[in-house]
Amino acid sequence: MRISVDVAVVGGGAAGMAAAKAAAEAGAKTLLLEREERLGGVLDQCIHPGFGLHRYREELTGPEFSYRLLSELARTSAEVLSGTTVLSVQPGPELLCANQKGLLRVQAKALVWAGGARERPFGPLLIPGTRPAGIFTAGLAQKLVNIHGLLPGRRALILGSGDIGLIMARRLHLEGVEVVGVAEIRPFPGGLLRNVAQCLEDFGIPLFLRHTVAQVHGRKRLSGVTLVEVDERGQLLPGTEKFFSVDTLVLSVGLIPELRPVEHFLVWDHSRRWPWVNSFWQTAAPWLFLAGNSLTVFDLVDTVARVGEEAGRNAARYALGDLPPVSTLPLRGGENVAVLVPQACIPGEPVSLFLRVPKPMDQAVIRVGGVYEKNHKYLRPAEMVEIKLPAEATTALAGKNEALVEVCPQ
Amino acid sequence: MRVAVIGAGVVGALIARELSRYEAEVLLFDREPEPGFGVTKANSAIVHAGFHDEPGTMRARFCVAGNALYPEICAELSVPFRRVGALVLAFTPEEERTLSVLLDQGEANGVPGLMLLSGAEALAREPRVNPEVRRALWAPTVGITEPWALAQAAAENAAQNGAQLRLGEEVLGIVVRRGKVEALRTEKGVHPVSAVVNAAGLYADRVAMMAGVPFPPIRPRRGQYILLDKTAEGLVSSVLFPTPNPLSKGILVLPTVDGGILLGPTAEDLPPEEKEAAETTREGLFQVLAGARKLVPELPLTETLKTFAGLRPEPEGGDFVVGESSVRGFYQAAGMRSPGLTAAPAVARSLAEAIATDLGLARKSRFNPVRPPIPRVEELTEEEWDRLIKEDPRWGRIVCFCNQVTEAQVVEAIRRGARTLDGVKFRTRAGFGRCQGSFCTARILAILSRELGRGPEEISLRGRGSELVWGKVRP
Amino acid sequence: MIREFPCVSCPLGCLLRVELGEGVIRIEGHRCPRGEAYAREEVTDPKRVLATSVKVLGGDYPLVSVRTDRPIPKRLIPQAMAVIRKLAVDAPVSIGQEILSDLLGTGARLIATRSVRKASASDEGDPSLGGQGQPPVEKGDLPES
Repeated sequence: MRISVDVAVVGGGAAGMAAAKAAAEAGAKTLLLEREERLGGVLDQCIHPGFGLHRYREELTGPEFSYRLLSELARTSAEVLSGTTVLSVQPGPELLCANQKGLLRVQAKALVWAGGARERPFGPLLIPGTRPAGIFTAGLAQKLVNIHGLLPGRRALILGSGDIGLIMARRLHLEGVEVVGVAEIRPFPGGLLRNVAQCLEDFGIPLFLRHTVAQVHGRKRLSGVTLVEVDERGQLLPGTEKFFSVDTLVLSVGLIPELRPVEHFLVWDHSRRWPWVNSFWQTAAPWLFLAGNSLTVFDLVDTVARVGEEAGRNAARYALGDLPPVSTLPLRGGENVAVLVPQACIPGEPVSLFLRVPKPMDQAVIRVGGVYEKNHKYLRPAEMVEIKLPAEATTALAGKNEALVEVCPQ
Repeated sequence: MRVAVIGAGVVGALIARELSRYEAEVLLFDREPEPGFGVTKANSAIVHAGFHDEPGTMRARFCVAGNALYPEICAELSVPFRRVGALVLAFTPEEERTLSVLLDQGEANGVPGLMLLSGAEALAREPRVNPEVRRALWAPTVGITEPWALAQAAAENAAQNGAQLRLGEEVLGIVVRRGKVEALRTEKGVHPVSAVVNAAGLYADRVAMMAGVPFPPIRPRRGQYILLDKTAEGLVSSVLFPTPNPLSKGILVLPTVDGGILLGPTAEDLPPEEKEAAETTREGLFQVLAGARKLVPELPLTETLKTFAGLRPEPEGGDFVVGESSVRGFYQAAGMRSPGLTAAPAVARSLAEAIATDLGLARKSRFNPVRPPIPRVEELTEEEWDRLIKEDPRWGRIVCFCNQVTEAQVVEAIRRGARTLDGVKFRTRAGFGRCQGSFCTARILAILSRELGRGPEEISLRGRGSELVWGKVRP
Repeated sequence: MIREFPCVSCPLGCLLRVELGEGVIRIEGHRCPRGEAYAREEVTDPKRVLATSVKVLGGDYPLVSVRTDRPIPKRLIPQAMAVIRKLAVDAPVSIGQEILSDLLGTGARLIATRSVRKASASDEGDPSLGGQGQPPVEKGDLPES
């Protein structure tokens, strides 16, 4: 079967729903493709509160946020095909998809990729020991508990203090699983401070900073893990090993943007940390737009939805011939910049830049190419900073080769 | 006549298949729930040429013969096999001399196509090799396969031809009367038999003892590995060996049939009782890296998919024990250390012929050697795939996104004997991809639970004791 | 006495500083009135929104996610979980539906945070599969709001 649309949006999570809604509202014939049967993406399993304060001025849980966004989408002309997996993408763009009715080709004029992120699994961590049952990524544990209603085990240790790990520590604790602690290799927590406070401290769950798993034990089911301290350079400190008898190890050690079917169209920055997008969220392939966690992992679903809307709106403009090629000004992440999106702005247009620092910093100033400067009392890797550059600031950048974005300690 | 095979690894499964060519009731026992869950599951997956083994040994004889059988057997059983060839690399004058010994040894064993190459010729074949290479031995018949797939396919084909798979049934004793095997005692009952084959891998010593046949302890030799993802494909195109030392063939760099790159193994001799010590260690993984870097200095370790360890059965004396024992009707295919995987088809054929002769078994008139594959959607044309979906919508429901595995394939794998997550993974590749199951595990668990009619808390990773979840949140 | 703790009112996580003497003397570090209120409450009787799940009978999900419609005292969370663990509701459940009217006398209602449909005959008991008999979430499922 073949379908022709203006804008195809891949991924029915927050970013994709927002993009499809905005593209349809901008007058584009829009199709949203989602591989799961239900829309919502990871929101469906995030049953904890903390969503929606910016967008809906209310504190919602994931499923409620998803429902609100879906309701907005439902009022537009966007079509939805769920249970449909995108197998490959050809320039054009043309998408080959599969669902339970057959194979399907979608011909579009623009594509918003909102494929989300996958979790960094156990294998690449090179942790020695056996390979028993009982090792789960935090997202899988969350899906088992909240969607399938299954408890992974009785006693758990969490490796990595990313937000999903912290959330799962609380979730498992509430459901009667003994959570013996959360180990974090870095000297600071990976997740938001509010989650450290209300997921760990509220329940007396210990956080072991500068600790990692030295070994896993157990032939069939996990029987325990050995934690070890690490020094400033991440080297294991012999003699500091502690054994914890647990049947479950939950990993929250990072998310990796999922870009596979489109990754060969992207231009990556020198260290391959992020794909190039301009402030329209448009990639080096002008028909391809990125949104949500497949671009970079955002802290807030509210931001994801907002960026998704922008990407969807711009994709619609591109599809309808209303987004002329513009000369963009490269933004280069300099010192103390671990994440920077987008990497190009349009002189004369306001832009929001999203930045993350690699380590906690107190009293730092963020500078953008001599046109913007802002002091921050503290910056944390877990907390993304949004830099709003007004039109005057980007106008002042016109004519330069690039603008350096840097974070300088004071 | 009833013949029992103990051990459904690649050796035992192939023996059962060969026996199923004859008019006999064949029983294949394993304590694990699926074929290939022991030694077969974690090794280098290489089909060796036969130049590593001293002439006159069982290893040399069965390795060369087994290698020759691989193309046919893998084609019949729809198991991946690719003759990618191998280079043994020499970096010192002393190693160069060893290459000549290997060449002579290989020619004496009848290994075809061996050739000594200059360092430059080796680099032309494999540009990522350490440029200090002085000379290399090229062995074109070396291949790569999937041992677990071969064990599963062989067991399945044996069953197609009438063999009974008695998996998850541990053999506890062997009844011998007047120097002859009479029956097997398992956890489920007593099975009278005319012959028994001991293909019990690491446990072959214990099984031999059950029959009263003396067997020196089998020592597990641990091998640790690092597997790189498909994104590392093309790093090397053939199997790279260092020049071997007396203990082992050394740490290798090789492609897998799936497009990944495998580094390893270590060779650590463990005490005989450590038959389950398949764990990785820090030291071992460092050793793998150091060894692999000697052959290929630039390894894309950012593409690491996982690390694992396997145990290979090391018999005393270092050679296979193949044939009838001092007890009549008690046959062995034991001590199947490397190149056991390569030798397995030849050992199986020879042992089955011997048993058939001894018991006077006639050949079946209708033996079907072909085991159809579970179709892989990425290998189908769009029209073929679309047609399958129209017949059964489950072909259109993707379960594993990394490797594009559909629900239909998972259901088919279960129909063919998958009982565990690993069983589904080895048969379909679902969960073998870069997310390592974080997307598909919950879904495959649900499908296994539905198809087997068991509660999700009864579904295991790889057999009893490795259940995946503890129970329900709200029972 | 001075207590410092991060604000949990929203994901910004402002670092709050509360000076305590005979009651709250001074609150610093907040960036909004919610933060100030939170700081005051946190040093007197900390409250939290409790989110968890309730068993569903005959639904396409085995559980329905729920939350309290307002924060409840943190100290009551274990008791609240003990109550919630014993609850069960029949499918269908709609989002926003009240599951319990007054949790432990706190005045907080327990409300469903998703809809759960009735399992159909062909439902396979696997929410992630959607069940062949179930249409995927369709826009028509949504009430006009």
